[in-house]
Amino acid sequence: MRCLPYGDTAVLAEVDDLTAVLDLYAQLRDDPPAGLVALVPASRTLLVQFDPAVTSASAVDAHLEAAAATAAPTAPAAEVTLPVVYDGEDLDEVAALTGLDREAVIAAHTGQWWTVGFVGFAPGFAYLVGEDDRLRVPRRPEPRPAVPAGAVGLADAFSGVYPRRSPGGWQLIGRTEVATWDLGRDPPALLPPGTRVRFEAVG
Amino acid sequence: MTGMLEVLATGPLSTVQDLGRPGYAHWGVTRSGAADRAAARLANRLVGNPEGAACLEVTFGGLRLRADADLVVALVGAPCPARVGTRPVPSNAPVDLPDGQELQLEPPDRGLRTYVAVRGGLDVPAVLGSRATDLLGQLGPEVLVDGDTLAVGNLHADYPPVEQAAVRGPSGGEVQLRIRWGPRHDRFTGEARSRLLADGWAAGQDSNRIGVRLRGPELPRSSEDELPSEGLVRGAIQVPPSGPPTLFLADHPVTGGYPVIATVLDDDVDLAAQVRPGQRVRFRDVGAPSDRERGSPTGCPVT
Repeated sequence: MRCLPYGDTAVLAEVDDLTAVLDLYAQLRDDPPAGLVALVPASRTLLVQFDPAVTSASAVDAHLEAAAATAAPTAPAAEVTLPVVYDGEDLDEVAALTGLDREAVIAAHTGQWWTVGFVGFAPGFAYLVGEDDRLRVPRRPEPRPAVPAGAVGLADAFSGVYPRRSPGGWQLIGRTEVATWDLGRDPPALLPPGTRVRFEAVG
Repeated sequence: MTGMLEVLATGPLSTVQDLGRPGYAHWGVTRSGAADRAAARLANRLVGNPEGAACLEVTFGGLRLRADADLVVALVGAPCPARVGTRPVPSNAPVDLPDGQELQLEPPDRGLRTYVAVRGGLDVPAVLGSRATDLLGQLGPEVLVDGDTLAVGNLHADYPPVEQAAVRGPSGGEVQLRIRWGPRHDRFTGEARSRLLADGWAAGQDSNRIGVRLRGPELPRSSEDELPSEGLVRGAIQVPPSGPPTLFLADHPVTGGYPVIATVLDDDVDLAAQVRPGQRVRFRDVGAPSDRERGSPTGCPVT
């Protein structure tokens, strides 16, 4: 693990893989350093934002080093199943790009566990990492100006569900009625980091 | 509720802000809040509010409000010539805004954002514990439009023992911003780092609450390896492969995939929030974190 200073109010911990990120994230969430403001997990890094009135970068580094050395087992991750109607506009394009037919694309999407690596781009937009690279496809060359809420897509190493209508460049393979972001729900985010997700074909 | 403000005119952009909603980045929600935090805090203190009370962030002046109760306001940040009725009123001081009278802000001739605090705070619905308008995440109150009404709350304590705060206010000339290198400065050449510290940087016309677009020389990379998306902080200077770098402000994205060559110190991001499009900016390297921890925030040697 490398701990990189990030301005005067954050440290960026760089680790080997997403599993290491999620372990570190869970540990710091359960046993936070004094003065912790926020944690931002991502594919290979954990950003730790702190209050400089309470603590320092070196204290946060020390806390991170201790957590990384511990690798304590954490509580089992939450599991969520998302029902999806697989009628996305780009399903045939994804089939062509992956060399699978439509049915095989759907089978590959529903046949593996996806893990929430991090949430970014928009509130509730979870970047899901699969078990293998069968469905790895590039983004669309041009983003669409309006992707509907609930659209299920693929881009690079990730799958994702658009939490609300927005521009988007992901390859759309289906749609779900489940709201992944809902301010009227507690918690509003259905898919926080570490959650395991399974897609299920319906309709 | 202890009164109401009617928004007769909003100017180019006015939003409700407070100190934002920290701690939700893991859900993809950025802190948001006042772009110039120091100014918002001072405005609230001057009217005897808690520092985190909701106030108005006014961009390039132009705001006109009518009070429907006896209120007290304070204006801090970019100095807008202001009047209550026909009477000129100062910045950086508590100002009476009597029932039925109008407060008018003209555009400032330096700085960009002015904070209008009202004693009692603005009482609008909170989202995730904050009344801040997040323009990127689209959370919190809508951007103000002419005809809006704002309820005034009753969060307040004693007035501070100060009639006028001695504040220099935003600079009209070159703005100096202190930086620390990284986290991804190792992806740029030495030439790029020299260029960042040299003359020739200015704020672009398309700057906003998300960030200041920086017009200046190209910053050549030493590595073209793909960088997986990683967390971003307020003050980060992110360099895309083409197009201007961005110095992120309050409504910055939570994660990003382009390398951050340097990060502006948190206090100096308040200064960046006052930079007008076209205004010159100069970055100053203040050395390693250990200098600051030894009590030397300017990076000068400790004697």
